[in-house]
Amino acid sequence: MAQVKVLTKNIDLANVGAPCDYQRYMDNGGYEGAKAAFAKQPQEVQQIVKDSNLRGRGGAGFPTGLKWSFVPMNFTGQKYLVCNCDEMEPGTFKDRALLYGDPHQLIEGMLIAAYAMQMTVGYIFIRWEYRKGAALVDAALEEARKNGWLGKNIQGSGFDFHLETHLSAGRYICGEETALLNSLEGLRANPRSKPPFPQIKGFLGQPTIVNNVETFGNLPHILAHGAEWYKKMGTETSAGTKIMGASGRVKNPRLWELPLGVSLRELIYDYAGGPARSGQDIKAVIPGGLSTPLLVPDEFDTLMDFDSVAKAGSRLGTACIIVFDQGDNMVEATENIMRFYRRESCGFCTPCREGIPWIWNMVNAITQREGKEGDMELMAEAGRWLSHTFCAFAPGAQGPFLSALEKFRGEFEEFIRARGAA
Amino acid sequence: MIPQTLKTELTEYVKHYPSERVGLITVMHKLQKHYGGWLPDEAIAEAAEIVGIPEPEVEGVATFYNWFFREPVGRRIIVVCDSISCHLCGCDRLVEHFKKRLGIGMGETTADGEYTLLPVVCLGNCDQAPSIMIDEETYNRVTPEKLDEILEQLSAESAKGES
Repeated sequence: MAQVKVLTKNIDLANVGAPCDYQRYMDNGGYEGAKAAFAKQPQEVQQIVKDSNLRGRGGAGFPTGLKWSFVPMNFTGQKYLVCNCDEMEPGTFKDRALLYGDPHQLIEGMLIAAYAMQMTVGYIFIRWEYRKGAALVDAALEEARKNGWLGKNIQGSGFDFHLETHLSAGRYICGEETALLNSLEGLRANPRSKPPFPQIKGFLGQPTIVNNVETFGNLPHILAHGAEWYKKMGTETSAGTKIMGASGRVKNPRLWELPLGVSLRELIYDYAGGPARSGQDIKAVIPGGLSTPLLVPDEFDTLMDFDSVAKAGSRLGTACIIVFDQGDNMVEATENIMRFYRRESCGFCTPCREGIPWIWNMVNAITQREGKEGDMELMAEAGRWLSHTFCAFAPGAQGPFLSALEKFRGEFEEFIRARGAA
Repeated sequence: MIPQTLKTELTEYVKHYPSERVGLITVMHKLQKHYGGWLPDEAIAEAAEIVGIPEPEVEGVATFYNWFFREPVGRRIIVVCDSISCHLCGCDRLVEHFKKRLGIGMGETTADGEYTLLPVVCLGNCDQAPSIMIDEETYNRVTPEKLDEILEQLSAESAKGES
């Protein structure tokens, strides 16, 4: 499949340089999607997004139109729109490119969503490490305000939308949407119990929609060209394009915009150029950011769309793949992976707060050749408990962990047998 | 204590939010900058007063987030990404090099108060791993040799700033 340029029409993914400014954005069809939206009733805009089959690009793949449909449109109080730009999923670097490369696309996408759900206040939640990007967005917000795309009575539509950036203070859990809302409210970023869902009671207890940067980035194009045009890209159940990436042991690590449904093999070998180290074949891939189960070579014909990757027992997630070769030891990789989750657990639920460090201790002991017989069974049992939590964090840790235990059992056993040899 | 002008500025700033507490994280970033990179007890009290919430709640926030510090840190903060892609591409080598060159491990500050070294969650530069950040600057595809150059450049800058 060939690369496409929809979300990246103003961005060179091989080298994201200075952001696309207002003039260039306008010269290249900018704010046409917003104009198309304003020519319609809010409910019609919602219907177009529903018809487009757009699914959330933050990792879960929930249909965007369906998510929006739970917002009570007869609610007369304040409703809020929030952009999740807390990109911290290890191996994922796509939102950075969209944020730094084309901030107006994000602003236009948010404006369309705000109009569709009649939300007059919005926040762009940005991780602290992307603060230079936040400054670029602030500059673009100023351009948008000056040109009448934000503020009061936008383009004479009678619709008001106030949008600003919010810099976080760094915690992976802020990417979970209810934790993000707590963080935005100035609280510790512990996830909330659902229901009520944010669409009913979100930011400050008001109806709120949280979408990912890339999800918003799709909206201007869907509105400008229509749902039918959009659905021609991708697969039947996973419409559109996706910013995909590759990192780790590949020759050509970078991002591409590709139609959903490209094969994992094509992504690894054609786009990413195959193994980086000579004589070391690729032995495993984490397909969608760290929190997705490993896939091995006989699964590389899996298509990179939401349903195909799910059918293969993993998740498309962020579609940024992490590649391991035969020179990598999967026990040591698992130690690194569990160390990450151990450090970033928010500490609210016991299986996550206690279970992940406990598992990490065992994996770490095995890497030190201090494992014992029976460890594999014990770790697998502890790993299964990780699904008994409030949010998707611990189940996210469970994915790569249990799949590593299952698919690379031999490597663990070899270390356990080598007890005392380190 | 913060100057009255900063206090007034922050008190006004938080009022633009639908609830003043929404401004807490931003207020804490600004206070931290004022106090040289960390939040002493008085900063916690000041944030609580500006936002209008009890001090223990500010303390809860200060101790939750990775970028708030409750003890003094170096003038520059070095964070090394140790997430999986950087792990594969040799971030451990960089940590060892920092130890050799600056004499500090993770979580430590150099005796001259210049640098604090910390691990960080994936910096989103996985295609250019390993990646580190020093203050606002990101450095990619870092090698021990490149680290030496970066540190020399930074100490030259610091020396210039002091003269």
